[in-house]
Amino acid sequence: MIKTDILIIGAGPTGLFAVFEAGLLQLKCHLIDALPQPGGQLAEIYPKKPIYDIPGFPEVLAGELVDNLMEQIRPFQPGFTLGERAETLEKMDDGTFVVTTSEGTRHQAPIVAIAGGLGSFEPRKPLLDNLEDYEDKGVAYMIRDPESYRGKRVLIAGGGDSALDWSIYLAEIASELILVHRRNEFRGALDSVEKVQDLKDRGKIRLLTPAEVVALEGEGALERVVVRKMTEPAEDIRVELDAFIPLFGLSPKLGPISSWGLEIEKNAIRVDNTLDYQTNIPGIYAIGDVNTYPGKLKLILCGFHEATLMCQSAYQRIHPGKKYVMKYTTVGGIHGFDGSKKEAPKAVVKTIE
Amino acid sequence: MSDILIRIRDREGKLHEVDASTDMNMNLMEVVRSYELAPEGTIGICGGIAMCASCQCYICSDHPLPEKTEDEEAMLSEAFYVNDKSRLGCQIRITEDLHGLEVELAPEGA
Ligand SMILES: Cc1cc2nc3c(=O)[nH]c(=O)nc-3n(C[C@H](O)[C@H](O)[C@H](O)COP(=O)(O)OP(=O)(O)OC[C@H]3O[C@@H](n4cnc5c(N)ncnc54)[C@H](O)[C@@H]3O)c2cc1C
Ligand code: FES
Repeated sequence: MIKTDILIIGAGPTGLFAVFEAGLLQLKCHLIDALPQPGGQLAEIYPKKPIYDIPGFPEVLAGELVDNLMEQIRPFQPGFTLGERAETLEKMDDGTFVVTTSEGTRHQAPIVAIAGGLGSFEPRKPLLDNLEDYEDKGVAYMIRDPESYRGKRVLIAGGGDSALDWSIYLAEIASELILVHRRNEFRGALDSVEKVQDLKDRGKIRLLTPAEVVALEGEGALERVVVRKMTEPAEDIRVELDAFIPLFGLSPKLGPISSWGLEIEKNAIRVDNTLDYQTNIPGIYAIGDVNTYPGKLKLILCGFHEATLMCQSAYQRIHPGKKYVMKYTTVGGIHGFDGSKKEAPKAVVKTIE
Repeated sequence: MSDILIRIRDREGKLHEVDASTDMNMNLMEVVRSYELAPEGTIGICGGIAMCASCQCYICSDHPLPEKTEDEEAMLSEAFYVNDKSRLGCQIRITEDLHGLEVELAPEGA
């Protein structure tokens, strides 16, 4: 069981900044995210695009903002459970909450802050009959352990960065790698496109384009797929294989959170915006894109503000009645849980003769 | 500045006639969102950069539309429920010559 003061669901910019604000109040945080990396939408959808409305940054790349946030919260030693989805929430007799993930990892905290954005990022699945019957029996949407494909016959479908990058990576591991895409053109970093071209020329990758997988076959487990070439639809190809990996990107789904007894409105969680962004369940807060209230704007800077007020309220819940006055970071400095210290340099007091 | 009229069939099959302004630099996805013709969180996920296909729609009238960009072509080639009439709503700017446009929203998860 992982124990912490504030359990944050979602490691997007809002969840990350909450770690900082909590740290100033000496509260520890642990984050859960379905994505394998922190950053939420910024990391998954637009890491290389600029943002122009972060106060004090005339221009910053989304990926850079995430790196900066990670650097800013490092002294507060947040814990991470990545690549797992928060699935269930239980309220314990002592008033704390236990959140369990899709992989069965359990987390306990007196405060839960849901910073789930538009929802947990889930793979987009192609529309194929009996696709779900073969899940984990030859069909996978994410590559957790590349080594498990050693010596296997693998077919990847998709035309974006992840299809290209994984084809390059697995071409060296798999005994056979086939890449299927509906067009001849791929959308990805130039370098990746060139590498795939080279691997194709050297016979390491078999390219089937423009084509798509139209059917799956096999007794109990996936044994072969039917690939239809757009140019010769009459002559379907049957490909014997061990693994089919469709990589069509991810899309966010509110998912399990919507059945936790929270008030849901417009695919978002209703909160008290006059005070502290608490939900209808005391001790559970919702901050950033995932919440809604009159006048709500889904912006990074609004998430930062909400995280800040939420942490003050969480502090009061954890230490009821304790007197506290907010201190500026310039005045109080940063005292990391790792023993690190940051302080404004003292002005010199010296006589001028 | 003038408004134009657009007919939009939502994902439940209901037809809506809406006014769209041509002077707000809006695109079709944003018009759909401004009238809440599809639930929040199910359209415009990538904000309009042709990276998600949540705004896919079918064009049912023969208005002159801007050519598809490379990005739109690429995204549509990875989307689902695509046919000859498919376009990404976020790539279609509202201009006066789209008056009377008829579109249908593609199913959720496209
Ligand atoms: C293309 C684009 C451009 C943008 N440009 C700007 C801009 O210029 N300025 C601006 O202010 N905003 C911009 N935004 C919006 C901004 O990205 C969002 O407001 C911001 O990402 C919200 O942060 P968040 O931390 O609340 O949520 P998110 O970034 O969505 O992160 C939420 C995280 O929670 C995770 N999660 C959710 N549920 C679960 C669960 N059950 N279990 C595990 N993990 C879960 C998700 O996987 C996700 O990683 C843009 C968005 C896009 C798509
Ligand atoms: S809004 Fe994402 S592709 Fe149009």
